[in-house]
Order: sequence, then C-alpha cells, then structure tokens
Amino acid sequence: MGNGRQDFKTNAARALADIALQKALQNVKRGFVVKREAARAKLPEFDTLREEARAIKDHTLSHLDLYLDAYERKVAESGGSVHYAPTAADARAIVLRLCQEAGAKLVTKGKSMVSEEIGLNAHLQAAKIEVVETDLGEYIVQLRGERPSHIIAPVIHLNKEMIEADFRRAHQRLPRERRLDRAQDIVGEARILLREKFLSADVGITGANLLIAETGSSVIVTNEGNGDLTSTLPRMHIVVASIEKIVPTLEDAATILRLLARSATGQEITTYTTFATGPRREGDPDGPTAYHVVLLDNGRSEMLGNEFADMLRCIRCGACLNHCPVYGAIGGHAYGSIYPGPMGAVLTPQLQGIDRARDLPNASSFCGRCEAVCPMDIPLPDMMRTWRERDFARGNPPLSERLLLKVWAYAARRSRLYHALARVVMPFLARRAGARGRLSQMPFGKAWTGTRDLPAPQGRTFQSLYARARPKGRP
Amino acid sequence: MSAPEEARATVLNRIRAALGVASLDRARRTAVARRLERHPCGTIPSRATRRGEERVALLTDMLTKQGADVSRVPTQKEAVGAIASYLGTCNLPPRLRMGADPVLAALPWREAWDIERSFGRAEPGDKASLSRALVAAAETGTLFLASGRDNPTTLSFLPEAHTILIAASDIVGSYEEAWDRVRAIYGRGTLPRTVNLISGPSRTADIEQTIVRGAHGPRRLLVLILG
Repeated sequence: MGNGRQDFKTNAARALADIALQKALQNVKRGFVVKREAARAKLPEFDTLREEARAIKDHTLSHLDLYLDAYERKVAESGGSVHYAPTAADARAIVLRLCQEAGAKLVTKGKSMVSEEIGLNAHLQAAKIEVVETDLGEYIVQLRGERPSHIIAPVIHLNKEMIEADFRRAHQRLPRERRLDRAQDIVGEARILLREKFLSADVGITGANLLIAETGSSVIVTNEGNGDLTSTLPRMHIVVASIEKIVPTLEDAATILRLLARSATGQEITTYTTFATGPRREGDPDGPTAYHVVLLDNGRSEMLGNEFADMLRCIRCGACLNHCPVYGAIGGHAYGSIYPGPMGAVLTPQLQGIDRARDLPNASSFCGRCEAVCPMDIPLPDMMRTWRERDFARGNPPLSERLLLKVWAYAARRSRLYHALARVVMPFLARRAGARGRLSQMPFGKAWTGTRDLPAPQGRTFQSLYARARPKGRP
Repeated sequence: MSAPEEARATVLNRIRAALGVASLDRARRTAVARRLERHPCGTIPSRATRRGEERVALLTDMLTKQGADVSRVPTQKEAVGAIASYLGTCNLPPRLRMGADPVLAALPWREAWDIERSFGRAEPGDKASLSRALVAAAETGTLFLASGRDNPTTLSFLPEAHTILIAASDIVGSYEEAWDRVRAIYGRGTLPRTVNLISGPSRTADIEQTIVRGAHGPRRLLVLILG
C-alpha cells in the first residue's frame, strides 16, 4: 500500500519542484472544477439530492448486515456467487482461485480502486496470469509501472508528450513513423491494441460503483466502454467491491447517480452506466457464463463503529481531490497511498495505521472546500482533525512540534499574556514583511516559507479593534 | 463451518458488533424489508417532468450535447432510410448486425432500402449494429437497453457505429419512471443479465482532459426516435 510516513514530506518537496507535474496539474482546475460547477448550476435540485443521498447511505450503513444479506440472496437467485473477504489478502486469494479454476491465462480489468487497494495485479501476475488494465488511464499507468495519481483520472499527473514516449517504447512492433502527438492518435492506438486483449481474455475483472440489494446487481459507470467489454466478452466476470457500496433499491441508485458524474467530471451522466446481474441467461447469445462478486471488508466494518463512519458514504467521485489546494500543489503520488487528497487523508490512516500515515491528515490547510463540494456531505476536515488528535495522543509528532504547541497552549489559556505577546509580535512581523505584506523567510519557519510566503498580520489585533468598536455598556 | 461461511460470518458479525445490534432485531428487519418492498422515490428533477414534445426535445438536446446524432423518424420506412443514409455518411458499407427484436424485424427492410443484415451477437469485424432501447429517460438523454436474444449486449460495444431505435412512446422523463417500465416487463426485483444505460458515443478525457470520441466502444451513435 505505498509508503506513507517516511516519504510524504520528501515526496511533496519533490512534487513542488517537478515542472512537468506542475504543468499537468493545471488540468485539474480546467477539467474538473469548472465543469463540476457548471453541471451543478444546471440542476437546481442538486443540494436536495445531496441531502437525500446522505440519508440513503446513512440508512443503508445502519442496516448494512441486512442489506448485504438481501443482496447476496438476489445474486444467488440470478445465478451468481458472493464471496466475503475480511482482509485484502483474503480478497486476493479468492480472485486468484477463481481465475485458476477458470483456467485463466489472460485477465482484462476495468478500472477498480478496490483492486488497487488490495494489490490485485501483482498477486495475479505472480501466479503467471497476464493482467491487462483496459481503462486508458490505467493502461498508461500500467505501461509506466506506476500507480494511479487520482481516483478517477489515473494519469492526471502526465502530459501528452510523456504518454507518447511511453507508447513508442511499449508498442515497438507498430511502425515508427505513425503519428502519436495528438490525444486522438494515442486513443486510437490503445483501441487497436486493447481490442485484441478484450477478445482473447478468459476472465474480466471490474469494480462496482454501487451494489443494489433489491436486484443483486453491480453497477459500473464508464465513458470508454472498456468496463462493458471487460464484463461481457470473457467467460467469467469477477466484481471486486467493498461492502459499503451497497444501496437498497434502483431508486436509491438513481439519486446517487445524479450526483456522481456531476461531482466527478461535471457530466450530467457518464456515457455508460451498466447494471450487471448474474451470468448469461438461457438463450442469451453473449455475456459471461460465470459471475462472481468478492465483497471486501478490510477495515470498513471497524469504521462503522468509530469516528470515521461518515467516510463510508464516500462514492469515490474525486471532487475533494479536485478542489483541494494541497492535492492541486503536489498531485496524488506524494500521498504514498492509492487514495490521495482529503478522502485519502481520512481513509489511509485507517487502512495503513496512523503511525505510518500521520503526515496525511496533517497535510491540510483546513480551507473546507472538500466538505463543501462533497456530494455525500462527509465532514472531511473534522475527521482529519480527529486523526491529528489521535496522532498527538499517541505521541507521534516530533518533540519540537509538541513543545511549540505546549508553549502556545500555555499562552492561549492566559489572555493577558497572550495579548501582550500579540502586541509585540504582530508589529514586528508586519514591519519585517514590508509593503508587500508577506514574509518570504521566518525564523523556525523554513518548512512553510520554503515554497510559499507567509501573509503577515495586518493592523491591530482583533481584541483591540473589538474593544474600540464595541458600543458602550455592552460586554 | 466451511471457510467461505466463516468469512461471511466474520464480516457480518463485525458489522453487527460495530453497530451494536443483534442479528434478529425485528424492527431492523422490518425496516429493510419495507424499503425493498416499497422502493421509495427521492426528488425527481423538475426537468424530468416535461411532457410530450418537450420531453422528446429534452432527450434530443441532451443526447446531441453528449455527442450522439439524433434523428426523428415519423414512420418505419423513414427509420430504415435514416439508417441507410447514416451508414453512407459514416463511409460504412450497407451492412448491419442486429438481434431478434420483433420491433426491428418488423421494419420494412426490403420495401425501402437494400441493407444487408446479419443476426446474433456482434463479431469483431462488424462495423455497424442496430439495437432497440426498452425505454429512455429524457432527463439526461439516457437509453436503457436490456441484454438477451433480441438485443445482444455486444452490439452496443464492439462495432464502430451503433444505431439505437427508441419509440417516442417509450420516452419517459426520469430514471425512476424508466425503472418502473423495466419492472413491469421483467418483474420486481429481477433484471436481465445487463441493463445498459447509454447516453452517447464512447469517449475518454484521460489525456490532459481532452475529450476524444471512440475510446473502446462505438465512435458514433445514431439514435432514431420513431413516431
């Protein structure tokens, strides 16, 4: 699961100095932030739907055992099988066994974050099974031997020229003079190459955006159609999904789907939304003959009973990443987890342990945009704060940080001392900042000012302004 | 207990422990059974409540914005004509793969035009295909296709050009109304192997957020609204 603790600060520093990455990250705002806002504006019911979606998930999570039971029965009725996986290792083992039972040599995959979470590809490859990612972004990431840097846009960290170079290196049997400098050329080449894979794959593995208890269906949303070729052409379809993906009914799915694409890519709906229910029926001319669902827990049942239960409402739209100033500055790889950004800062400590991932909930400016744009109304900043408290209680922060906080807390509890200090420090900082009002260097503050300026305090303290403006006779 | 049963019990028991509930709590079971039985409907966007021609116009507008070509054909004969001229526009031979859908079979194929038809699932060499949508939700220009002999799923994904016929009377406003139609045909709590919601041609924006049509599925989608 990557390498959280030791590397985050180094990774972040490297990312800030990476010119190509900084250029690529400009596409986040152009591609996602602007389009999401436009889509939201076109649907006046958006905020109402957000409240309803939250209620749907809260209801489902508080009855999760029963909805899983109902879902499982429906899957069996339609001829499929459900396999529970308490841990990531269990899930890997189940998928491998199913592939081996199917005599699989080649497996195609639709985009699935859960499969990334459990490290599925490496496990299957170690057993001599060829695994091919078919989502264009995931395919590129696989060519490069990397991991996705964004939960819905795996190669948002790359520029076209870099992808062109990867294709020329990996597709050596294609003519050298072919044109690959436009996005459409790259897409066209991937289409030709992956077509062969789709047609000869033995097993197709997809994730699920939703599971529906009413019908026993798994739902995937895609724009490319790769998920459908993956789930339709091979003789076995395996769905790898986590337990919190379940919703009760088709109506509940409709409400959530109205929020998902709009929050993610700013589309009204994705090109393809597929409801898959069991294997090929009698008389069907196509579709897999076997259908399996692997339901992953991996720490989620524990979250259900702790302070991070709200996180289980997450539908993985990526809006919190797209609107996060920290993600926008360093990209996804620096987080050292396949779940980056604010949602990752909450989820990763649960999956890896806070001791390993302590830097992630600390990498936040608490601007609150993640919570504001979250279609499931998840209090991400609050939960990051909870992780910080736990981290502090475990004695993880370095001594210097703990001492500084203790000094601040001592002063903050003594208002006269605090005001006296503020009256001295504020004008000092303001004078040093000069006319620009910003500090480019600060004693003991290199970590902050190394990559950005610190705004200096302006004018008088709040207390003194308040004292002057307060109407007489009022407290 | 076998290993799979044990894994199942582990997960479900952990969930119950985290929620602080007992497995046989009557009130909880009733709440779940009732919700599945009644499948309550949330807020329907006001745009989905348009009627008649306004609704058809909304479907057309949404599909067009999402990159599909849309053609209104008042008669069956015109439907066949529109398909033939579309294949010509796309520089494709007048050949079409289709399933056994009786509505499509009943089109006046021989009378009007000479399109060579083959039947069954799509094969890798197929350039164009025809399917019929069960129902369409105007709110986002979304066509619902059910898998099976009548309209095999591969027709929607393998060929370069896909044409979908939808009867004007099968256009509804919202997803919820569309699901009610599906329930009326397949029964409650039961779906065909797949229901494909299709809202345009295949696309990707993975490279620098530039939208490119025809990623893995059809590069072109023609929607014929009949009647």
